[in-house]
Order: sequence, then C-alpha cells, then structure tokens
Amino acid sequence: MSILSRASRSAIALFTLGWALLLAAADMDYGLQPVAIADGTWVLVGRSEDFSTTNGGNIVNTGFIVTPAGVLVIDSGPSRAYGEQLKRAIARITDKPVTMVVNTHHHPDHFLGNQAFAPESLAALPGTISGIHSEGGAFNENMYRLAGDWMAGTDVLAPAKPLAAGPLELGGHRLELIALDGHTGADLAILDRSTGVLFAGDLVFNDRAPTTPHANLAAWQKALDRLEGLGFKQIVPGHGPVAKDAAPIRQTRAWLGWLDGNLRQAAEDGLDMTEVLAIRPPAEFRRLAVVEAEYRRSVGQLYPAYEQQALSRPGRNAR
Amino acid sequence: MHRVRGVAALLLASCLTVGAVQAAPGDRQADPLDSPRWGDMRKEFFPAKARVVFDQRVKVSAPLTAENALNVPVSVDAGALPDATEVLVFADFNPITRIVRFRPEGAHPGLGFRIKLQQSTPVRAAVKTRDGVWHVGGTWVNTTGGGCTLPSAGSASPEWQKRLGEVSSRVWERKEGGERIRLRIIHPEDTGLAAGVPAFYIQELKLTDEQGAPLMHIEGFEPLAENPVFSVDIPAARTAAGYRVSGRDNNGNAISAVIEK
Ligand SMILES: [Zn+2]
Repeated sequence: MSILSRASRSAIALFTLGWALLLAAADMDYGLQPVAIADGTWVLVGRSEDFSTTNGGNIVNTGFIVTPAGVLVIDSGPSRAYGEQLKRAIARITDKPVTMVVNTHHHPDHFLGNQAFAPESLAALPGTISGIHSEGGAFNENMYRLAGDWMAGTDVLAPAKPLAAGPLELGGHRLELIALDGHTGADLAILDRSTGVLFAGDLVFNDRAPTTPHANLAAWQKALDRLEGLGFKQIVPGHGPVAKDAAPIRQTRAWLGWLDGNLRQAAEDGLDMTEVLAIRPPAEFRRLAVVEAEYRRSVGQLYPAYEQQALSRPGRNAR
Repeated sequence: MHRVRGVAALLLASCLTVGAVQAAPGDRQADPLDSPRWGDMRKEFFPAKARVVFDQRVKVSAPLTAENALNVPVSVDAGALPDATEVLVFADFNPITRIVRFRPEGAHPGLGFRIKLQQSTPVRAAVKTRDGVWHVGGTWVNTTGGGCTLPSAGSASPEWQKRLGEVSSRVWERKEGGERIRLRIIHPEDTGLAAGVPAFYIQELKLTDEQGAPLMHIEGFEPLAENPVFSVDIPAARTAAGYRVSGRDNNGNAISAVIEK
C-alpha cells in the first residue's frame, strides 16, 4: 500500500517534472525560420531590439550557404540554445554536414552559439579570435544578466582556425573573404560571387541604430565605402532586414557621420556629457529601432575620446 | 518661585518650538525616489537637528540607464536656489556612498563630473543654503554591471605614473554670459575595493582665478571616475584673464596647473 502510493506519487512527480521541462523547452524556443534569399542561401533575421529575457538575445542575423561540399554557417547566434536550434534548422533543410562556421566579429550575439558546432569547423579573423579570448568571458556574463535563462549552458568557445582575406571556393560557390575593421578591430564581410549575396556582418545595420562599443568611426566609414564598391545583388546586414540595394550602407554611413559630427561639435562647444545625452537625434534617424538607447550608449562609449581631443591643449603645469 | 517656574515653562516652550522646526517639512516629506536607504543617508550625512527638505530646484542630471558603470556622467545644478554654500553628492546604494562635496565660492553652484557605481542607485545632491537648510534633489541611475570593485585601467598600466596629476583644460565663453571651464586630470581613482589595489584618489581641488581669488573648492571621494573630468561655470562677474587649479590626492601627490584661455 505504502509502496504503491509512493510509486504513484513518484509517477505524478515525474509527470509534473516532465511537463515543466517541456514547458521550459517551449519557452526557450527561438522559433528560428530560415528564409531562402538566393540559391542555397538562407538567412535567419533577428528582432530589431535590445537584448532581453523575452528575445533571448535573438536580435542578430545569421545565415548559411548550402553547397554540395557542405554547409558554411555565418555567425552562430547569442547562446548555446540558439546554436543548437540553428543546427537543427539547417538539418531540416539539408543532410550536408556543416563544414565551416565563421564568426564575423567578436560580439557575443555572433559567436556564443559556437558550442553547438564541431570545434574544428569554427573560423574567424585573427583579431576576432583574440577578441573572443580576451573579452568573451565578460560578454558571456553580461549576456546571462541581459537574456537570463536562454543562456543556460553557454560557454565561450573561440575558433582555432584563423582566416585570411581572399577567395574561398566551397562546393562551387566562389566566395570572397573581405577583412575590414571599424565596427570592431576585425570585421569580416563575405561576398558570394556565385549568388551576389554580401554578408556584411555588423559593418551594416538596417533600420536599427548601429552599436559602437568597439567602434572606430573613421575606419568604419572606409569599410562602408569598400562594401558599397562591391558588386552585390543582395546585402545581409548584421541587424535588420535583408536589402537588394546599398540603402542600408548609406543609412549606416549617415548615422555614423551624424554621430561623429555631433560629438565633435559638442566637445568643441565644451558640453558636459550629460548635456550631450540630452541632444535628440535628427528626425531622419528617429525611425531607426532602439535609436535613443544606442545614442545614449554611443555617447558613453565615444564622447570621452572627443572630449580628450578638445581638451588636448595641456595646461601649463605650474608644478 | 513663581518666576523660576515661569522661566522653566518658557524654556520648555522654546524647546518645543525648536523641536517643531527640526522635525519640519523635509522629514515629513516622503522620499521622492522611494529608496529604502534614505533613512540611513539622512542619519549618516546630516545632524539630527538639521533641516533637510526635498527640493526640485536641485537638479541632478544623469542617464536613467548607465551601461558603463565605471564612467557615469552626473551634473548637479543648484542655480535655482538663492544662496547655495555647500553641495554634497552621494549615492544610496554605492559601497562608498560619498562621491564629491563642493563649495561654489564664486563659481556657479553646479558641477559636472563622472562617477563609478556598483549597482542601481539614487544619486543625490544635498545643497546647503545660507540659512542652514539642506535641499535634496536626485535621480535614479540603473546600471547593468558593477564598477566599484574593478581596478582602474590606470592601475594596471605603468604609463599613468609618468602622467599622474597631469591636467588638460580649456575655457569657453558661454552664450548666456560668463565662462565654462572643463578640466581632465590623469588619476587612477582607485576605490580600494578591488582586491590588492589600495584606495588612491583625488581628495582636494581648488579652482581660483589667476590672482588666487577662490572660485570653487572640490573635495573628492573614491567613487569619482578614473581620469576625472569636471565642468565648472563662472558667472560673468567673476570671469578672469586666466584661472588656476591646485590640489592633492590621498597619497599627498600635488596637482597644480594654470588654466589658460
Ligand atoms: Zn557587433
């Protein structure tokens, strides 16, 4: 009697636990829907938001190219769960193995899904690999704070294989690896000459204000010029919708140009940082998603350098 | 006998009056920032008898969200009060609550600076007016990470030692009259809360005109940000051909520079 009741209690407990796990798993579903944009070329477009416990960090675009020689994945997403769900989404489309996973740069939403893939398939520019080694841990901790449970089991896994700029042939796709910088110290863009699709990474944002924690605005502008000169048919930005023309490049350039001029002028006018924060971006940028938050972050990240330049006439030391 | 009793009664009455004054407005006002630490702040920074009121004329500007907790910009402006003599800035939930104390001795009663915060907290300025009343204003700052228990970048690099105390500065004419002085001082500003890194911070800065007439006295505490930047406004009546800043850190290193126009 007592054994039976214990057993039935355990059964109920197990059922309850199973149900709870199922619910939790359903909660942690990113609902990834790859969209075909060209021959064998798929994109997963994230939300134009800030990181949150609601979106689990899925604010980023990832993509993959299916070739007879295997699958090339471009960026692995913000968490282990995202990486695993991306891998399953790929497996639903092709039985070809993932042969290479490229991280376009060292920001957390572009590499924290790496654990889902074979370590030897991971590759990035040398500057990206060293960036992941030096800052990845802090990024990961911060993502746990911002995205919560979605991050469960996520650890930093840096690629071991360094990439160099130049052509890369993969199963008949003639790819061009373009090593740039400006959004971070190492930004990789990938042009598929066979389809005309340009994966621009975070050098290009579309209808979402760019992020600037590691930005060098002058280098970034040069990188944009270079990208605009490539003959592409479609552009996949790091954040925001895919486009068929250079509009996202021009929009990113315009925002960065305004940001640079505004901060330079503010520093030359002797504004305190709190006064710079009170400036409202012009009307043309107000429709960009999260523009207020990104402006605030950019002021914090970039203004001290402008300020330092404006104050750089050192006072005569009376010491 | 009669008279003595009368005096005692009078004393009692005046005590009651004093009592009524000291418990007056401020202490009956609810904290507009609704912080559970306000009671402790009240006890820590103001004598029990002091009159402390919440006053919207004290403006504290800071971002509502500060992603970089090591460098949170704050501006205090008490220009709407008639005669501010002293301003104390503090943050309820910081491990070191006191941030900066300044006396506008001729400068506009306001100051722009940067601070380190460990967690989300009210940042407040208490402004003492000539009548002895403390007027308190403030704002909440939400942080997404702690900045107080991290060592400064400076303390990790040998480079700053050569430049310790170096001042860069510039003076601007203001459209509304008067001038603005901004200065940046090379200093690691270590809180002493990071393991193995002792407290090392600027304790005193005196801003004067070139003749030595005082304009602003700043007493600094550990939470000021590394390589602090200050903004000070000088009213038209006190502008001068040049200015001077001098001071020292808690290790006795002197800071001294001429601020040229
Ligand atoms: Zn990025």
